[in-house]
Amino acid sequence: MGGIEETVPINDEYDIVTARSQGKSTAASIGFGLVDQTRISTAISELARNILRYADSGVVYIREVASEGATGVEIVAEDHGPGIADLELAMTNGHTTGGGLGAGLPGTKRLMDEFEIDTEVGRGTIVTARKWV
Amino acid sequence: MQETYEKIPVLKIGDFLITSIQVALHDRLALSLQDDILNKIQETNAKGLIIDVTTIDVLDSFITRVLVEIAKMANIMGVKTVLVGLQPAIAITLVEFGMELTGMHTSLNLEKGLEMLKELVKENEV
Repeated sequence: MGGIEETVPINDEYDIVTARSQGKSTAASIGFGLVDQTRISTAISELARNILRYADSGVVYIREVASEGATGVEIVAEDHGPGIADLELAMTNGHTTGGGLGAGLPGTKRLMDEFEIDTEVGRGTIVTARKWV
Repeated sequence: MQETYEKIPVLKIGDFLITSIQVALHDRLALSLQDDILNKIQETNAKGLIIDVTTIDVLDSFITRVLVEIAKMANIMGVKTVLVGLQPAIAITLVEFGMELTGMHTSLNLEKGLEMLKELVKENEV
């Protein structure tokens, strides 16, 4: 398994800046090129913003992962907010309940290689996204 | 936090306002830049606005939306906006993500942006 693991608590908007710059430097040290670093830090920024917007607080984990000889980065965005009632709708471009663009989740999915959402109404949401070098 | 007191300068040169974003933009700073630009437009009777994003390394959906709204608001006040210095990695990410820079013009660098803005302002006055 990989070595790098960063934990960024998300409690206010400054933490979004911290998370995305941490993501960029972690992606760089794992070996991603500049365009992928930008994709990864943008994805982190969106996930961190969702935490703040919908759940008030949560945590973003950024870690190095390895599988079958490939190296990558895994982002886990975890909150104990309201959860997502209609996941299919949340993954639809243009749909928003939080005053955003409605491009957040589908857009973030497009920037990453793997994308999973585990959510339960009243319990919270865990978004896991991976990208391979 | 000391970042709360940060300010992004908006400079006036002739009929143009120029602002160069050289710090990590957080939400409040982006919104205060929006206010500052609109106030400065009113104070100075500027005709054109350049927003330089050469040193920005991430543009997420919120910051993008603020930039688009600045251009829209400036346009309502009769001011044309040119965004200059967008990095290739950001252009790629914006398109893949599905964010659009509507209502503003873009140019490779400050020099070309100024030329473009002069033309836009000229057209606007005809």
